[in-house]
Amino acid sequence: MKTKKIIALLGASLAWTTAGYAQETVKIGVILPYSGPFADAANQLQAGIDLYIAKHGDTVAGKKIELIKKDTGGPAADVAQRMAQELVVRDGADIIAGFALTPEALGAAPVAEEAQKLMVVMNAATSMVTEQSEYIVRTSVTIPQVNYALGKWAFEDGGVTQAYTLVSDYGPGHDAEKSFSAGFTEAGGKILGSDRTPVANPDFSAFVQRVKDANPEAVYIFVPGGAQPAAIGKALVDRGLAPPATKILAQGELTHPEALASMGETARGIITTFHYTLERDDPLNKEYVEGYTAANNGREPDLFSIGGYDGMHLIYEALKKTNGDTSGDALIAAAKGMSWQSPRGPMSIDPETRDVVQTVYIREVQEVDGKLQNVIIHEIPDVKDPLH
Amino acid sequence: MSSIVIVLFDGFAFGMLLFVLSVGLSVTLGLMNFINLAHGAFGMLGGYAAVTAMRLLGFPFLLALPTAFLAAALLSIVLERTLFRRLYGAPELNQVLLTIGMVFVAAAIATYLFGTVQQVIILPSWLRGSVEIAGMRFGVYRIFLIGIALIVTALLVFGLERTRLGAQIRAAVDNQRVAKGLGLDVEKIFGITFALGSGLAGLGGALAVEIVGLDPSFGFHFLVYVLIVVSVGGLGSITGSFVGAALLGIFDVAGKYFWPEIGSFLIYLLLVAILFVRPLGLFGKR
Repeated sequence: MKTKKIIALLGASLAWTTAGYAQETVKIGVILPYSGPFADAANQLQAGIDLYIAKHGDTVAGKKIELIKKDTGGPAADVAQRMAQELVVRDGADIIAGFALTPEALGAAPVAEEAQKLMVVMNAATSMVTEQSEYIVRTSVTIPQVNYALGKWAFEDGGVTQAYTLVSDYGPGHDAEKSFSAGFTEAGGKILGSDRTPVANPDFSAFVQRVKDANPEAVYIFVPGGAQPAAIGKALVDRGLAPPATKILAQGELTHPEALASMGETARGIITTFHYTLERDDPLNKEYVEGYTAANNGREPDLFSIGGYDGMHLIYEALKKTNGDTSGDALIAAAKGMSWQSPRGPMSIDPETRDVVQTVYIREVQEVDGKLQNVIIHEIPDVKDPLH
Repeated sequence: MSSIVIVLFDGFAFGMLLFVLSVGLSVTLGLMNFINLAHGAFGMLGGYAAVTAMRLLGFPFLLALPTAFLAAALLSIVLERTLFRRLYGAPELNQVLLTIGMVFVAAAIATYLFGTVQQVIILPSWLRGSVEIAGMRFGVYRIFLIGIALIVTALLVFGLERTRLGAQIRAAVDNQRVAKGLGLDVEKIFGITFALGSGLAGLGGALAVEIVGLDPSFGFHFLVYVLIVVSVGGLGSITGSFVGAALLGIFDVAGKYFWPEIGSFLIYLLLVAILFVRPLGLFGKR
């Protein structure tokens, strides 16, 4: 009898403490490919999240922020779905976030929908991601957003009338090819030819030779980050397909800092489109880059970092607006239409599509103070995803 | 016409890179019957050694290449003494499990030491860009690759056919018991052969950084190519590896050039076709 009482008492006190605990914290489940071929993207994104928390404290609206990390190991929709389920059911997560890769976001979306949890997509850049649930909001970029703008710009301001496209043969590559071609041909340009390279392609020489045979004014490229940007950049220039004779157009990954270092002089004149530019002269950006490099052994932030950083900003601001209410409906209502100044520039969340609206920067690789970097040559404000 | 020449040249250069990476495996697999799937990991080690030597110690590129060779060779001696030697007579499955496990370990160590970021090699300016010959542009680095591969082939063929060590290696492989009976230190000879093969993989890894980049998954990425070269060429044959690698490189590049939609599958078709006709590879002996 006595022991029963004690057990009951223990149970009651335990229940009380966990209830008290739950009131005091907001649990954010972060789903990312921390290991495997995309581990670098996950690390950079996580560093962006960590920097935001370090800067703004880990308490919002009287509640403590707690991160629970889950590793998908790569583009696996089923793994991401299982992890989202575990986060919501077992760990009691209030918000799910992360998603470097589109399959991860697609896998987790049904869970967010069913559990009515806010889902913050911090990278996955395929257009359709935000259409999967009313609770999804994106703080990164979409591929059509930046590439449609580039296609349009290339004809209207870039003086290019015909071009060849060369993209990686997978979802994002197809999106990029389609949106660049659409922007370019709608403006009046002509696509001479289109090739797709295998996703894991060690040597680009054959494809580059095909481009050379077509002799275009410009070649448009989309390859995943990592080793390929430098490899394809060098393959192009080795064959004399180089600016100013042939313009090279691409999404920003092609000239990220490591690729620039590897390409050296050959990168000069490459034109890229992106939402984040490391060297952009802006006090907010300067502070962000300094804080980031100091916290990461001198490694510079990239597109993944800024997606994570702004994703945390959105979560913090939404929690402030709802006064700590973590229900999915309250948070998504708070997120809709939110606008702020990010290190990348002005950005906002479209109240209709819950997708990111931001400035698209057209940059050219130029020498500044003896160092090659991406110099902004044109800005297109308030760009929405053209496919929604 | 000129595009075909360029495509052949590019394919041959890529094949030569594969040759340097894989010839060591062909030798150890063919001569010692040891299935070393960790061969690509030694290539990765060479890549990281070259990058580190250039970045931290300020070595020029040409000095970083032998450094990569030595680093991979030395580590392979340690591993051969402690791990591989135990499995020389063991069933294939044990060898495969141990060595593929080592690739995972190597990837984890590389991630721990160097992070997941892509490593960069900055070539001296004389190796960059291209030269124009008869109206065609050839990449300087690819010419350099072909040169290195030809030197390596010459040294290997000469070493195996004409030197005392080469004779000992051939003797040890042909009949271990007789070689031992004649007073040859077979264990030592195998140790040296193994180190040589791993060192060549290290050299190949260092050469590959410029073309394909370097990150902790390098050991897995190249395993497939290396195994194709070895099985097409035939075990234990240097000529076989050379021809196999050249065929693979040329077919890969030419296939992608003429039929971009299916180009990346052509090498596998080639592999199947060759193994159908010659199950032991083009130059396989046993």
